[in-house]
Amino acid sequence: MTMPQGTIFDIKRFAIHDGPGIRTTVFLKGCPLRCSWCHNPEGQNPDPEPAMPVVAVPDSSERSPDEIVGRVLEVEDVVKELESDILFFDESGGGVTFSGGEPFAQPEFLDALLDACRTRKLHTCLDTSGYAPAELFALFRDRVDLYLYDLKLMDDAEHQKYTGVSNRSILDNLRTLDELQRKVVVRFLVIPGLTDTEDNISATLGFLASLRNLRDVSLLPYHRIAAEKYRRLRRKNEMEGLSPPSDEVMKSLRTRFESCGMKVTIGA
Amino acid sequence: MNERIEKLRELSLNQKPSISVERAILLTEFYRNDVAERVSVPVRRALAFQHILQTKTLFIGDGELIVGERGPSPKATPTYPEICIHTLKDLDILHSRKRIPYLVDDETRKIYETTLIPFWKGKSLRDRIFQEMSDEWKAAYDAGMFTEFMEQRSPGHTALGDKIYTKGVLDLKEDIREGVTRLDFYNDPQAYDKMEELRAMDIAADALMLYARRHAERLQQLAKTEKDDKRKRELQRMAEICQHVPAHAPRTFYEALQYYWFVHMGVITEVNPWDSFNPGRLDQHLYPFYKRELEAGTLTEEEARELLQAFWIKFNNQPAPPKVGVTAEESSTYTDFALINLGGVREDGSDAVNELSYLILDVVEEMRLVQPSSMVQLSKKNPDRFLARALKIIRTGFGQPSVFNTDAIVQELVRQGKSIEDARCGGASGCVESGAFGKEAYILTGYFNLPKVLEVTLNNGIDPQTGKRIGLETGDPTTFQTFDQLFAAFRTQLRHFVDIKIRGNNIVDRLYARYIPVPFLSLFIDDCIERGKDYHDGGARYNTSYIQGVGLGTVTDAMTSLKYNVFDKAHVTMGNLLHTLKTDFGEDGQLRHRFLNETPKYGNDDDYADDIMKQTFTAYYDAVDGRPNPRGGTHRINLLPTTVHIYFGSKVGALPDGRKAAEPLSEGISPVQGADRKGPTAVLKSAAKMDHIRTGGTLLNQKFTPQLLSDDEGIAKMAHLIRTYFRMDGHHIQFNVVTAEILRDAQEHPEKYRNLIVRVAGYSDYFVGLGADLQNEIIKRTEHQGF
Repeated sequence: MTMPQGTIFDIKRFAIHDGPGIRTTVFLKGCPLRCSWCHNPEGQNPDPEPAMPVVAVPDSSERSPDEIVGRVLEVEDVVKELESDILFFDESGGGVTFSGGEPFAQPEFLDALLDACRTRKLHTCLDTSGYAPAELFALFRDRVDLYLYDLKLMDDAEHQKYTGVSNRSILDNLRTLDELQRKVVVRFLVIPGLTDTEDNISATLGFLASLRNLRDVSLLPYHRIAAEKYRRLRRKNEMEGLSPPSDEVMKSLRTRFESCGMKVTIGA
Repeated sequence: MNERIEKLRELSLNQKPSISVERAILLTEFYRNDVAERVSVPVRRALAFQHILQTKTLFIGDGELIVGERGPSPKATPTYPEICIHTLKDLDILHSRKRIPYLVDDETRKIYETTLIPFWKGKSLRDRIFQEMSDEWKAAYDAGMFTEFMEQRSPGHTALGDKIYTKGVLDLKEDIREGVTRLDFYNDPQAYDKMEELRAMDIAADALMLYARRHAERLQQLAKTEKDDKRKRELQRMAEICQHVPAHAPRTFYEALQYYWFVHMGVITEVNPWDSFNPGRLDQHLYPFYKRELEAGTLTEEEARELLQAFWIKFNNQPAPPKVGVTAEESSTYTDFALINLGGVREDGSDAVNELSYLILDVVEEMRLVQPSSMVQLSKKNPDRFLARALKIIRTGFGQPSVFNTDAIVQELVRQGKSIEDARCGGASGCVESGAFGKEAYILTGYFNLPKVLEVTLNNGIDPQTGKRIGLETGDPTTFQTFDQLFAAFRTQLRHFVDIKIRGNNIVDRLYARYIPVPFLSLFIDDCIERGKDYHDGGARYNTSYIQGVGLGTVTDAMTSLKYNVFDKAHVTMGNLLHTLKTDFGEDGQLRHRFLNETPKYGNDDDYADDIMKQTFTAYYDAVDGRPNPRGGTHRINLLPTTVHIYFGSKVGALPDGRKAAEPLSEGISPVQGADRKGPTAVLKSAAKMDHIRTGGTLLNQKFTPQLLSDDEGIAKMAHLIRTYFRMDGHHIQFNVVTAEILRDAQEHPEKYRNLIVRVAGYSDYFVGLGADLQNEIIKRTEHQGF
């Protein structure tokens, strides 16, 4: 049997905001969603693609050639990189996080990676939009130690408008995870004027209240780091000019989520 | 801090450093006296020391709690003409340069012109050193292949052990007397030399007691006329303390600090030793006094804190002795490298962290002074809260404390042949150097420019900067068929220059032993009294000479590029590559792009490059380690740069890693600036692939933004990072916790950032006082953002 290949756009070591401890995060390329505020736009296209380089060729008047974002890798290449920091994982209670893009968009590759982690007893986190068929979700359930699960908009029409897909399977999959008592941290994206409206907040809290076990919520404020990525990819940044939410807004949201019985962190 | 300390600290910060001619005058006075001619060299040195201490101007400042200044007043910095003599031009530059100036008044200049320069010219030890060095040594020295530490300052490089906390100077005199009676003139041909050395130590011991007595008398006088009752009592108490120590062993916390300070004054008055002097394991030495007095109710935590703060300010009052042969650009530093050690393990190997360790960390945080520097020794046995406390100070961006791996230091010292107990009572001093405190002369002899060796190898023994032949003919590199051939040529060239350096070292070592013995320092370092031998002459229990390798990252990346691009991938021929280097990549931006961005680099946990680092490390280790020095000890390596990687870089042309001519080299064991792109864990993995235990210290610099440490989770993750590096036997790590943005703004508006201290390399300094090159480099060092 040949080990499957996959396309990734980054492997980030010393990832300290993607789950417990010191982690290595694998960013899988390709995503079925097209969120207007996407902060990893290089994760959307499933194939490697050109982008302007981060560092220009020094002392050269010529335009610096583009670099390719995204690599096709064998599972064992990824695993070798994951094993590099095992001592750091051990010391800190860390492990591996799969992010994207949407990891479920490369199911065979993810399947093999999760297997490899299980064999090596590496703690695994899955950073997901939750957008995947229920059967696929079920397939991986026992090999994921912690889900980082994004919630955006509760109104399905709005969700379709700003992400390109319906939120139905997203909410269903989360409900299933909750029923099965899996470890989940919900990541609620605070996009000023879009997700922090009164309607969306109360709908989100209402949904969370209907869950039996889930209590951990991260409030992720919108930030501008992606602007440079859009420029390098020569793509339009739909959020151009949008300011991050103020600390006061974040604090009041925190209070509101906490008053509904949630355990809240801001930023990770 | 209370009002008194605040005032003393402000005074110290605002006082401008100046040059004091007093010591030089007193010394010259003595050397002109015919007594100086009639006695042996050690006795002459001791009598000169005595003359200075019994005549020098005393200073006791308002509100001071610890007394003793090296100069006539705080920051009035003496010179040491017997070691090196400043020219008038030196004095003018020191006076007028923008950064790190030392004010020189007209009177001082005149005395230099009329008295000091005529007397010392040609007679200083520096003159002797350059007279004795061979032509090939001078050629290599001029080419920037290595530096010589002892041409301007005496060896020093040591820290004090626990001796003074149980023995007064009178006890040491008793030890000397016993030593003299043990001398065996029938069977020991060195008995006379030993007697003279012991006689000198005895005179030096008396001199320190005299110095303390003078302070006691002055304090009594001040007490008599003091109007304020509280201060009057303080002055009386201080007088009593100065009557008791250093003659007798200290009975209290206060006496212990004052005793140490007198010894510190003595050591840095006798000569201008490297790293000034250092109490070493301060939390260990003071803890028994602290505990006992706290229990007895004779000392409160607040009193101890105030005394420690007063003690800290005394260090800050002593700028490093200014250099000779300075250029207006060369700014050096006021810092004199005293490095207080906290934590670590006890003699029996148990966790040494105590309440005083935390109290001293409070003092470090509150005082925010560049001197003394501080570090925590972190053993696997030390609690996490100790590291977390240190990280909370580190994140305030003042560069202290740095973090050292006790378990690595102990292994290093034991490997070198020290007893396990002596190793555990040791630590790191200066920048990062491991030593058996109170028992070892571990002398740094000079920096060694590893990339320069490669440059000379690539030019078959010629230094392309001057066209002169300074190395061996190791073959035309365009004829090399394999990387192994190239590496063999490098190894041969490396050995050649190490030979030249060691030959020089062994002469300099004897020049100090013969002409500048240090009987005073010898009193306090075991086993100088027992052996009747000077610290400079093998009197210490352990004797090490270090050669500090510089530019390991640069030489690794350059060598890796040669292997990768010439031999393995054949992207470029050796001939074309050498031509491109000659033009400093003039026409070839693309080739440089390949070298910079498409070639494996050290610092990314990539074995391709890291294996070459190990190979280079081993070649350097093999060339140096174990070779005897004249003090009965051996040469060893360590890897640290202070700021010399900038000077060394200015002497090296373009290199195959894409570095342009004259750019700084990599510093310490850090990757080339900007070459590490996989984050801190990859840097630590790469750095840990070298065998730190076979060194006497390595320096790893990492820059972090304060945000990374803003909450307890960030602190915990940083702690995990450090613990993991130390599990892999990393020796030391230090952090510059600042943003590049802030630093750029500080370059633009230095006036707004006078207080901004950054970690340079092994020590911290005021950013605005650094040269533009160094400022730029600190900005460039890869920022590891966790966001």
